[in-house]
Amino acid sequence: MRPRKERETPLEHVAAAEHHTHDHGHEEHLGFWRKYIFSVDHKVIGLQYGVTALLFLFFGFSLMMIMRWQLAHPGEPIAAVFFIAPMALIGVVVFFISGIKPSLSMLIGLLFLGMAGLVYYLTSGDERFPGGIMLPEFYNQLGAMHGTIMIFLGVVPLGVGAFGNFVVPLQIGAPDMAFPKLNMVSYWSYFVGGLTMLVSFFVPGGAANSGWTSYAPLSVIATTGQTMWIIGMVFLITSSLLGSVNFIVTIVQLRAKGLTFMRLPFFVWAQLVTSFLLLLAFPPLEAAAVLQLMDRVAGTSFFLPSGLVVSGQALQNAGGGSPILWQHLFWFLAHPEVYVLILPALGIVGEIIANNTRKPLWGYKSLVYSVIFLGFMSFIVWAHHMFLTGMGTTISTFFQTTTMIISIPSVIILTALIISLYGASIRFTVPMLFALAFLPMFGIGGLTGLPLGLAPPDIHLHDTYYVIGHFHYVVAPGTLFALFAGIYFWFPKIVGRTMNTRLGKIHFWGSFVAINFVFMPMFIQGLAGVSRRLYDGGQQYAHAQGVLYLNNVMSIAAWVLGAFQVVFIVNFFWSLKRGEKADTNPWHATTLDWQTPTPPPHGNFLHEPVVYRGPYEYSVPGKKSDYTPQNEPETSGQKA
Amino acid sequence: MSDSSQSAEHDIDIKKHVRIYIIVFVTLLALTLITVAVSYLHLSIVPAVTVALVIATVKASLVACYFMHLISEKKLIYISLSFTAVFFIALMFLPLWHMSDNLTH
Amino acid sequence: MQIPYTVTPRSDTGLFNGKLGIWLFLASEVMLFGALFSSYVLLRTGAPTWPRGWEELNIPLATLNTAILITSSVTMVMSWASLMMKDFNKFRRYMGSTILLAFGFLVVKAFEYGHKFELGHFPSTSNFFAVYFTMTGLHGLHVIGGIVVNSYLLGPGSKMWNTEPERFTNRVEIAGLYWHFVDLVWIFLFPSLYLL
Repeated sequence: MRPRKERETPLEHVAAAEHHTHDHGHEEHLGFWRKYIFSVDHKVIGLQYGVTALLFLFFGFSLMMIMRWQLAHPGEPIAAVFFIAPMALIGVVVFFISGIKPSLSMLIGLLFLGMAGLVYYLTSGDERFPGGIMLPEFYNQLGAMHGTIMIFLGVVPLGVGAFGNFVVPLQIGAPDMAFPKLNMVSYWSYFVGGLTMLVSFFVPGGAANSGWTSYAPLSVIATTGQTMWIIGMVFLITSSLLGSVNFIVTIVQLRAKGLTFMRLPFFVWAQLVTSFLLLLAFPPLEAAAVLQLMDRVAGTSFFLPSGLVVSGQALQNAGGGSPILWQHLFWFLAHPEVYVLILPALGIVGEIIANNTRKPLWGYKSLVYSVIFLGFMSFIVWAHHMFLTGMGTTISTFFQTTTMIISIPSVIILTALIISLYGASIRFTVPMLFALAFLPMFGIGGLTGLPLGLAPPDIHLHDTYYVIGHFHYVVAPGTLFALFAGIYFWFPKIVGRTMNTRLGKIHFWGSFVAINFVFMPMFIQGLAGVSRRLYDGGQQYAHAQGVLYLNNVMSIAAWVLGAFQVVFIVNFFWSLKRGEKADTNPWHATTLDWQTPTPPPHGNFLHEPVVYRGPYEYSVPGKKSDYTPQNEPETSGQKA
Repeated sequence: MSDSSQSAEHDIDIKKHVRIYIIVFVTLLALTLITVAVSYLHLSIVPAVTVALVIATVKASLVACYFMHLISEKKLIYISLSFTAVFFIALMFLPLWHMSDNLTH
Repeated sequence: MQIPYTVTPRSDTGLFNGKLGIWLFLASEVMLFGALFSSYVLLRTGAPTWPRGWEELNIPLATLNTAILITSSVTMVMSWASLMMKDFNKFRRYMGSTILLAFGFLVVKAFEYGHKFELGHFPSTSNFFAVYFTMTGLHGLHVIGGIVVNSYLLGPGSKMWNTEPERFTNRVEIAGLYWHFVDLVWIFLFPSLYLL
């Protein structure tokens, strides 16, 4: 085996460690394809998810940048070079950052160049930018695909597929997931779904353009890209369903000896509830996707009402369908989906706060009961997205009530995390900075959701920029910040080096300031009545003229936000090879994931771990060290 | 590894199960014939739905309890299925409620 | 470290991994078919007119199919029971019967569909037929899935009986749970579409 200093990449690290097959029965030498591409090891799969998701996040961000150009300069020819050149430059830098040797960095560098090429294609051509000016139809494609890509190809695969896969088996003391081959199938299903979404940009008529919500009847009569969206979603849902079965069985069945449910790290609880949401909420969307596919391809009228007239021509379908039916089936998934977006983030923030306050989390029991209650309630609030569909007052009251009730566990969780800071010895590490910023950002996101959950104010705010501001606050400076925190936090466990702290702090502060300038103005525009999904950003509205200048503010802020992500990208790839070396537990953490070698070998633990205590035994009075790992035996023979 | 006396008990256990499977099989066929016969009465929609769903539920319960061994399953399975049942009912009835409790009616 | 509880049940849950896994998967399938049933109810109650099942569909043929599927459920559970009684040849006969009956189901279905097409009834004809074709079609895809899995267990997969008989028995049990669920869906689908 090559000596440690010559090893290139985290994937290689992890896969190479598979050579350490101590207790493992089969001492095979796995070839390249079985080791890196079709691996069944949860750590390799987790990294595959992570790299793929980060690339999709970056691509989704680029789509948003193009949209923001249009919103700031509607009707003007696009200066595409401001998007393409930086992307190409990043590609070149990343390509060469590890030297001239085949490596992950080279592959990613090439993919960045590929993305730059894709953006060049998307910002040119008469079907999208005749004379350099964006067509409204193309703006709609950007809107629909930005949302779809960020949610389904970016945040969830990163939060669940990457962090969940890599960390959960380690934190519960398991050798792998319960069904490793199924895990591999999940990743490749995600990959195929993502590829389908990307390819849809190239079909005649372009990608899906009916919003990420694909409301009928517009989506039924939309161009071919919508059919590809449906097919892509079927692959993504399959990936998700198989993954959620895997996670639940793993967490329930493969916990180490002594690891009772109430000794689980909060991160694992969050992933468990998330998996139940994915398991039971996705199938109705799969059913709806099948029905919409039938409408588009087989001429059925599940969602097409009678007497529909399109461009002056009456549709020749049987009719009798219900557009509202689509909304019910869609939102039945999409509401629990937003909790899928936030729960892994809450879990990550919990771990990092406990670790960097050197104290147990405050209210562990409240956190656990709240997250379970939250998961349950998330299934019966969905029609708060449908208050304006002609709902009667009784059913409207029902959904307003459940929606108000669901805010209670969210507040309990946020409060517990904040109280955890009280009296703490806070270490302002880079992960902690992101975790701390998460708290008020999630708070703003959550609070701005309250008027949306009550029908009367929602009449004014529905489908305005206020909504966009609300959900972006929760997902962008909310979840995404938590995910960044997680990357900085677990990087040393995967790579054996820490990311550079100064660059990390620059990334943090720049992103934190810029991101607020991107999303705070949206509340103002929304309250002034600017609708969402307008290709000209409200220019045609007489009542919006006073807030149009904010489009320029937000677009510049978005560009600045993008620039600060370059700092992260460079830091990430630089640190892979040249970061400061770290030992196996550089953060002095208590949970089992930090009690393994770095990187963890195939099978994770050399001997089956036994757990003797809870997950956050920091600063226990009378103990020499300010932290006690979960699996460290008591000197006086404590029972497990 | 069970010794011979344990595996003998084991076999008797299975044979008891097999008898139950046959009884359930015959019952299912009978119920199928009954539900089809009732349909020939061309009842109006409400009684027709009631009878059909009651018979179907009985049949489904037999399959679930005996063929799928649900009657002797573990608590964790029951808990997961209970949550599923609640969400299934929500998905079935809340959209219907929306259709009936409507501002245009 | 090997992955524990693949065959032996874990003491506090009383389950082996695959058993929990398949029940969770079936829970998701309940939500999938549940969504379709919910859509059916919504569309039918909202429609000004809707044909009664016997006006458009072939009840005798579907009753035959119901009997076929119920029988295949019995042969499936008997194939597992045979393995529990260590009778591998009986297992092969019962599993083979299950697969044959499943094919029979699909053949009858093909006749049904073919006849509908001859009469000019397609999914696009009306919402009644849209629901009929979509729901029985998705159910049929699940039947095909079951045939694939069962054929694997009868064929190349059955080699595991020689090396790890308990693990193989568990696999047949799990496949059986899936197959019974396919039967269960039909038990509701048959009256809902044909008899109402």
